[in-house]
Amino acid sequence: MRKFKEFIIEKLILICGLASIFFVVLIFLFLAKEGLSVFKSVTPFNFLFGKSWYPISEPPQLGILPLIFGSLLVTLGAAIISIPIGVACAVYIAEIAPLKIKEILKAGIELLAAIPSVVLGFIGMVTLVPWVKSTFHLPTGLTALSGSIILAFMAMPTIVSIAEDALYSVPKSYKEGAFALGATHWQTIYRVLLPAASSGIVAAVMLGIGRVIGETMAVMMITGNAAVIPQSILVPVRTLTATIAAEMGEAVVGSEHYFALFAIGIVLFIMSFIINVTADLFLHKRR
Amino acid sequence: MRNTQRSQKIAFFLLFLATLLIVLPVGLIVVIIIQKGLPAINWQFLSDIPRQGMRTGGIFPAIIGTLYLVLGAIIFALPIGLFAAIYLSEYAKDNMLNRIIKLAIVNLSGVPSVVYGLFGLALFVVFLKFGASILSGSLTLGIMILPIIITTSREALESVPQSFREVSLSLGASKWQTIRHIVLPNAIPGILTGTILGLGRAAGETAPILFTVAAFYLPCLPKSIFDQAMALPYHLYVISTQVPNVDEKVRYGTALVLLTLVLFMNLVAIIIRYNFRKKKKW
Amino acid sequence: MVKFNAKNLNIWFGQIHALKGVNIEVEANEILSVIGPSNSGKTSFLRMLNRLNDLYPGFKMNGILEFDNEDIRKIDVEVLRKKVGMVFALPLPLPLSISENVAYGIRMHGIKNRSEISEIVERSLKQAYLWDEVRDRLSVSAFKLSGGQQQRLCIARTLAVEPDVILFDEPCSGLDPISTAKVEEAMLKLKKDYTIVLVTNNVKQAARVGDRTAFFLSGELVELDRTEKIFTAPSDQRTDGYIRGKFG
Repeated sequence: MRKFKEFIIEKLILICGLASIFFVVLIFLFLAKEGLSVFKSVTPFNFLFGKSWYPISEPPQLGILPLIFGSLLVTLGAAIISIPIGVACAVYIAEIAPLKIKEILKAGIELLAAIPSVVLGFIGMVTLVPWVKSTFHLPTGLTALSGSIILAFMAMPTIVSIAEDALYSVPKSYKEGAFALGATHWQTIYRVLLPAASSGIVAAVMLGIGRVIGETMAVMMITGNAAVIPQSILVPVRTLTATIAAEMGEAVVGSEHYFALFAIGIVLFIMSFIINVTADLFLHKRR
Repeated sequence: MRNTQRSQKIAFFLLFLATLLIVLPVGLIVVIIIQKGLPAINWQFLSDIPRQGMRTGGIFPAIIGTLYLVLGAIIFALPIGLFAAIYLSEYAKDNMLNRIIKLAIVNLSGVPSVVYGLFGLALFVVFLKFGASILSGSLTLGIMILPIIITTSREALESVPQSFREVSLSLGASKWQTIRHIVLPNAIPGILTGTILGLGRAAGETAPILFTVAAFYLPCLPKSIFDQAMALPYHLYVISTQVPNVDEKVRYGTALVLLTLVLFMNLVAIIIRYNFRKKKKW
Repeated sequence: MVKFNAKNLNIWFGQIHALKGVNIEVEANEILSVIGPSNSGKTSFLRMLNRLNDLYPGFKMNGILEFDNEDIRKIDVEVLRKKVGMVFALPLPLPLSISENVAYGIRMHGIKNRSEISEIVERSLKQAYLWDEVRDRLSVSAFKLSGGQQQRLCIARTLAVEPDVILFDEPCSGLDPISTAKVEEAMLKLKKDYTIVLVTNNVKQAARVGDRTAFFLSGELVELDRTEKIFTAPSDQRTDGYIRGKFG
């Protein structure tokens, strides 16, 4: 009797183990089911590279290039800000901060990561956006720059914690060897530790960027939602994610607009798949 | 030699500055929200329904909606996630199938939240005809937090020393008995930590619930899982961007309630984890 | 009567050939000491007897290994491990109280009656010479005991499931001389009712305790004979060299 019960339980365990594969496949299937229908109205080439996104015009214009540019611009800006600061902070926490402060800092970073994006978006709206508007003398503060700054704050906790883990797992003997040769702490950090942890740091950066590309609410509230190819970083833009969130409410189920939004979802799914899988490879690369 | 000491001092100072650049704004954000949101917090705000198109009144339905959604998400994600973690930690061998499983988990954890929203819409709302409902929203959130539960639970299980398993097996216990009586009980703090982190994440997410459950203005509470519901993150979004002339402190107050809820859960998780590491007997 | 019977036993862990053509019989109610330098295969051999080696992913075996004249691979592994208990090298109490540790095995085998359980716990602790020291603190965590007491607790735990055979894997390696003496005393008294296989790095301990002694080297069983003979006039030169401390 006990053996029979255990047999059932172990089968359940196996099924649950396979669950994650099941859900990934399921997500992709349903995205494809709705999204691929858009290619009846527009070719993949025109979809990805078309410069006009007017889904409610007659006939609908479904080119997502402006949205891709919007996402890329905001992400690039966030990367430029968050990578140096994030890695620097990781180095500080891993190597320099005194032990007690280290625990507090790590908890602080973890709490930053936990702040919901809608809250960060809200704060960005009421503090950052007016500041950008007045500092740069713009008609509106809802710009790619504002988005980049807030998104940087969302990427940095990821970058800091994974890079800090990578630095922490460099064998102590590397450090001790360098000290024994007379190097200063800083020299050891940039000549020995950073290179040794480089694959982990690359993974950290990729995962941070991945988080930024997938971010929806904060960008929706701050970047202005103008679906045109941006000419500078100080103009409103629209990202892929914000497009879905903002327009799905208006799209009729089964319309071309509806399918197009799912097609954008496929693009995002593939992008995040590539980024996350590559980052994971870097995390497990052994030097 | 003095040159290298000097460049070290400069470098360390810059690193410290970078850390401040991250930590200070966070502190500032929290302070601003508390300062401007606290005036709005009173019993009426927390227990009343919204009135006058959400300009006055309270956020009680949003709080309840969030609690229902989070509860639903964990009811779905915890059993499946825990068993999946047990599979990975105790049964999986190092072969192709299990590498694919780990890949799938990595993938799931990186999917943008709005894509989860699309998926939830396509599967639960439209295909399974659950409609925009607490059921659809909870299931969507549940799948979203599944990777968190699996990963943290697996780490907790793997941190139980192998020697305990050997002792149990050498006494003639079966594998499942060993898991149930020795491994699981000793992994509970880690599993609990992961669960609470998952709950915090589910509570704060907006995009997955945009199309699957969230209602703009529902003066009465949901009565079944097939009803729509309000939720705190969506409520904050709406009163910040869609509703004009809302009193500033109502917005900050909503942000404060949401932030407090999420940060509190994360803090509890961190404390459990810290205490567990200190008190571990092995 | 022969408890274990191995003929041409070979085992591998992945590419590592850990036991090479081992032929050995373990007789009932004897204490068999197994000695040899590290990596000689003596622990791998011991772990064959309760199939703990099954836990390793790359494990392979061929040859014959029988317990009570049955192919050991065909016996239900939980039944085998109930009959063949093991005491490990470092004291390994489970994270439970003293009495819960001792009761763990019998609980897993389905015994639920509380008075029966406490009877067995008391009897096992007495057999392991630990009862007097812990009788009034049975619900205290096992980690509060000293190393020697914990090891005797592990013996009591193994005795509680009433095995036929007890395997000792270097049981005194972490213990002080007094605790070691107590564990050896327990082993000698247990011989009456149990078959004991003792793997030890301490050659003198093997001489004190074993009826017969087996010497392993690099995965091979070099020599097996009555203990007095092995220690006074070994047949193989390598045995002689190891015992005198010329290597290992």
